[in-house]
Amino acid sequence: MTLLEAHDLRVDIPLPHGDLQAVRGVSLTLDEGEAIGLVGESGSGKSITLRALLGLLPYPAEITGGTILLDGKDVTGLPERRRRKLLTESMSMVFQDSLTALNPVMRIGEQITETPRHRLGMSSSAAHARAIELMHQVGIPEPERRFRAYPHELSGGMRQRVCIAIALSAEPRVILADEPTTALDVTIQAQVLALIDGLRREQRLGLVLVSHDLAVVSQTCSRVYVMYAGRVVEDGDVHDLLERTRHPYTFALLRSVPDPDQPMHRLLTITGQPPDLTDPPQGCAFAPRCLFAEAECEQQDPDRVQVGPRDHHSACLRHATAAQWPEWSEQPDAAANVESNLETAP
Amino acid sequence: MTAVPFPGRTTTLQARRSRRKHNVPLILGLALFGLIVLAAVLAPVLTSYDPIQQDLLHPRLAPGSPGHLLGTDQFGRDVLSRLLYGARIDLRVGVLAVVTPFIIGTLLGLVAGWFGGWSDTLIMRVVDVVVAFPFFVLVIALVFALGAGTGSIYVAITMVGWVAYCRIVRGETLVAKEQEYILAARASGLPTWRILLRHLLPNVVLQAIVYSMSDIVLTILAIVTLGYLGLGVPPPTPDWGSMIQDGQQFLLTQWYLTTIPGLAVVVTGLALALIADGLVERFSRK
Repeated sequence: MTLLEAHDLRVDIPLPHGDLQAVRGVSLTLDEGEAIGLVGESGSGKSITLRALLGLLPYPAEITGGTILLDGKDVTGLPERRRRKLLTESMSMVFQDSLTALNPVMRIGEQITETPRHRLGMSSSAAHARAIELMHQVGIPEPERRFRAYPHELSGGMRQRVCIAIALSAEPRVILADEPTTALDVTIQAQVLALIDGLRREQRLGLVLVSHDLAVVSQTCSRVYVMYAGRVVEDGDVHDLLERTRHPYTFALLRSVPDPDQPMHRLLTITGQPPDLTDPPQGCAFAPRCLFAEAECEQQDPDRVQVGPRDHHSACLRHATAAQWPEWSEQPDAAANVESNLETAP
Repeated sequence: MTAVPFPGRTTTLQARRSRRKHNVPLILGLALFGLIVLAAVLAPVLTSYDPIQQDLLHPRLAPGSPGHLLGTDQFGRDVLSRLLYGARIDLRVGVLAVVTPFIIGTLLGLVAGWFGGWSDTLIMRVVDVVVAFPFFVLVIALVFALGAGTGSIYVAITMVGWVAYCRIVRGETLVAKEQEYILAARASGLPTWRILLRHLLPNVVLQAIVYSMSDIVLTILAIVTLGYLGLGVPPPTPDWGSMIQDGQQFLLTQWYLTTIPGLAVVVTGLALALIADGLVERFSRK
């Protein structure tokens, strides 16, 4: 059943020179025990979306439109305090950098026990036992000894495990993970991802995984939302998305990393910069950087339309031409199209 | 640990810990300050003279005179015993007159920085008003209004001194509240008081503690100044300030009457400054 839903969510950040529209109508659904991924480059609004879901937007950002539904109930209309309480009680967050996400002057044991003690009302000894159990669960060796360690005394991988233990200590139903493996070594990344995924399966938790790395997301999640300039440009089942890509941005993301099965493919770079979201473009936000953009793309804002079975959506006017994209992108003058677009852009 | 796959990690951890153990400024400062406190506490044991007992037959004896290690002042009072008993007064007033402003200023700074909005505006405007007056002008005016004595000194210095802590802690809070661990604490739905006192406070209080060390010296200097203006600890109670003032008229002939208590102030200041340095080294997160 549906645990968490967002409909047409909008977040603005008021700035001196105008409102920055960080999230411009994002819709997503998370079922119980499901893992979904949000993918996009820096500034695409994926982290802000996550924090909006938790009701903890950084000042002065605020939700200006859309709804968030928890268990089918709209929480957006509730008073701030009440909404945050509801959201934080059913969701926990794992952060990118475990060193800054842990209080540097507090022993990790106390950090793991504090939510059980101060929010769930456990006794000190019960919370201690629970913490040891959690540390064991997330694979921290010698939990009794580590209980008294400070964050800086642990390695990055261990610290991230501590963060996961803290997230679990609140007995959440959803885990929101904001680039949880970005700060880790590649070998540790896989371990931490496997850990999160294993816990999700075991405890039937919902997982929202934010990453700029499509490979990381595709390993873990069943559905993927690709975000660009504050919008979801393509979403769908992970296999559909990877094999029947229907948006040029997703296509470019996939082609920007080497594929060992297709060694002869040219690697694509996405030239240019994402648009200024204080003044979003009239047409498709990706059009100036798109390899396949036509004149109409600059004029018309594409709607999100169903492009395949299993709820595969794309917001591209030219999604029907997707079959030819690989061939077009191999042509030597493919990039020239973009170069000229970028030159004429204001 | 049975196997040590990465011995390097363990050794660096041990090295870091041992480096912390050899925190020279902290050890030196604590030793020095401990010695001063010990001397003040043990004053009756260390000297047999009553600090206010006059001996007009032996005024202004030079240091090293038989029976008077540091000589006597113009009333024949033993300088060493006045120095030791004076330390009792000055240290007590210095420390106590720092503790209350420290607590008040830290809490108000925490509130102003965390909640912002009208509470921040209100608190910081009051701070601005207090800061607008020079420190001594305000303290002197308050002590004058309240009447000379140690009680008035506590109240006056508290009313003026808290603003420094408030500003320091507010600034630190503004930075710290944007940190991810604070966001993490909020994300796990902890009560606000818990976030403020357990997560924020320990991370913002260090600068205030460091400042408080030099503040103790400033407070002792304030007492000295107040004593000089006749608003300090009333005579004949010994304190370093009045000793400096009394000795001033004999500066050309008996320079040691002002120099010895002056040195006591300097050494106390040095000890506290060393402790402050040591604390920064001990707790700075690198």
